[in-house]
Amino acid sequence: MADETKPSGTTPESQAPAKPTPPAKPAGPVPVAWDSELVGRFRRLYGSGIREASTYLGQNYLVADASIVYDVLSMLRDEEEFDYCVDVTAVHYPQRELPFEVIYILYSFAHNQRMRVKTQIADGGGVPSVVPLWPTANWLEREVYDMFGIRFEGHPDLKRILLPDGWKGHPLRKDYGIIQQDKEWVQINLGIESGQ
Amino acid sequence: MKELSPTSHLEMEEKDKTFLDATELTLNMGPQHPSTHGVLRVILKLDGEKILGTECVIGYLHRGVEKIAENRTYAMFNPYVDRMDYVAAVSNGLGYCEAVERLLNVEAPPRANYIRVILTELNRIASHQLWLGTHALDIGAITPVFYCFRDREEILKIFEKYCGARLTTHAFRIGGCQYETYEGFEKEVLKFCDFVDPKIDEYEELLTHNRIWVERTKGVGVITGDECKALGVTGPVLRGSGVKWDLRKAQPYAVYKNFEFEIPTGQNGDTYDRYLVRVAEMRQSLRIIRQAVGGIPEGPIMAKIPKVLKPPVGEVYHSIEAPKGELGYFIVSDGSTQPYRVRVRPPSFVNLQALDLMCRGQLVADVIAVIGTLDIVLGEVDR
Repeated sequence: MADETKPSGTTPESQAPAKPTPPAKPAGPVPVAWDSELVGRFRRLYGSGIREASTYLGQNYLVADASIVYDVLSMLRDEEEFDYCVDVTAVHYPQRELPFEVIYILYSFAHNQRMRVKTQIADGGGVPSVVPLWPTANWLEREVYDMFGIRFEGHPDLKRILLPDGWKGHPLRKDYGIIQQDKEWVQINLGIESGQ
Repeated sequence: MKELSPTSHLEMEEKDKTFLDATELTLNMGPQHPSTHGVLRVILKLDGEKILGTECVIGYLHRGVEKIAENRTYAMFNPYVDRMDYVAAVSNGLGYCEAVERLLNVEAPPRANYIRVILTELNRIASHQLWLGTHALDIGAITPVFYCFRDREEILKIFEKYCGARLTTHAFRIGGCQYETYEGFEKEVLKFCDFVDPKIDEYEELLTHNRIWVERTKGVGVITGDECKALGVTGPVLRGSGVKWDLRKAQPYAVYKNFEFEIPTGQNGDTYDRYLVRVAEMRQSLRIIRQAVGGIPEGPIMAKIPKVLKPPVGEVYHSIEAPKGELGYFIVSDGSTQPYRVRVRPPSFVNLQALDLMCRGQLVADVIAVIGTLDIVLGEVDR
């Protein structure tokens, strides 16, 4: 896009704000340790199984090992009244040793509080399904499976939800080639060359 | 395209076994069906007219919005969110802009927030009007759809005058609003409020005590408050079941804490109560709009944000009370100009999961009523 005209117009401008921004950055918020009675209890119970407990931008989150995450979530539901599972989702970090992060966003009606529980798993790994705890996780976990290929053990009906059953690959993985997929699909289904 | 195989994975409980050994019937509804409000396919398991179970087949409208976000800058993704819940585009934009603002640690100026509230509440009324019209039409009342569309037009005219678009408005920008209000905006909004107030009475006159409407909606699609919580159902459906929970009150965003309004709730959690809740919500929205127009401050409409948006490394979850329920954005930033991951928590998708529970034991005609009362938009279900 207009590569030739842009540099002359943008370089002086982009250089000017680029200089003051680096010192401004550290002033931004950083995650701080989340100290609470709840975190203390979990740490006593699971020790190093609780990898991290932090607050960022006023939002609390907990990173737990995949092996104990079900117990942590079930305790949160039963003892801390986090009775509403807002969302189950995942993020792919291909450069990490455990590349998939599964995130549970919880809310407690009684305490008007939100928190996130995160766990990291290996490629091809799985986590226990939380459908027994919150039925709402049924479709949410199916979507995560559809988009990332993460298996939820014990899920009643783990199959694709948004994409067709015969779809190849899991689109929200970082290594998923959209252009390549598009070319293939157009060639197979329409019998023509893709314009991409 | 989805494969149209009639396979179903429904488990049936013992008590739901067919009556008098009648053969169980599998009936396909949709995806091309006028009362599924888009491309929703529902596989119904029937015993005569009685529903034994339903299974939704969705994804026909999947556009990969979350993947698109990873390949766009923060500002470039903003118009895409309008295309999810396209009858409440303003709410979608508000949620997204506020989420990115939180990540950037900036706040929109008060004037921008007031404009945001006015437009979002107007959009809530428009969304509810569209819902009421089509829902009533599905059930067999022809008139409300004309009334509702006629009045909704006035809201769309205000949107058009404000930002040039009627549906996919892209009204807000990260950091505030792009456009100052036009000449006579406040007057026009107040005029609209006075215009639509008696119109809502008209809708109620047509339906609230209408015998057919009451018979078709009372006791249909009942869901309790606890079932709602377990299924993650939010918005008017949750409130219709008697749970007084609204994110505008529970965790106020924008400037909602400055306004007085009530959270209407139902008691029985049936289709009729949800109808009453939504109609009452329109009135509450008018109340908010009147207060917001009266108290709109002077000042800038855009916060000081850099030209190139590079939120610091981190993640945030921000949610708002959209007309359909809790609309959340979970954004992960890696410090670059493009989001590393954007997750949209769509209210319609989660609410649709309750369809099975609400339909069991009801009649086929009630499925139409229940789909209507859930107020889903397939653009948001499939994203």
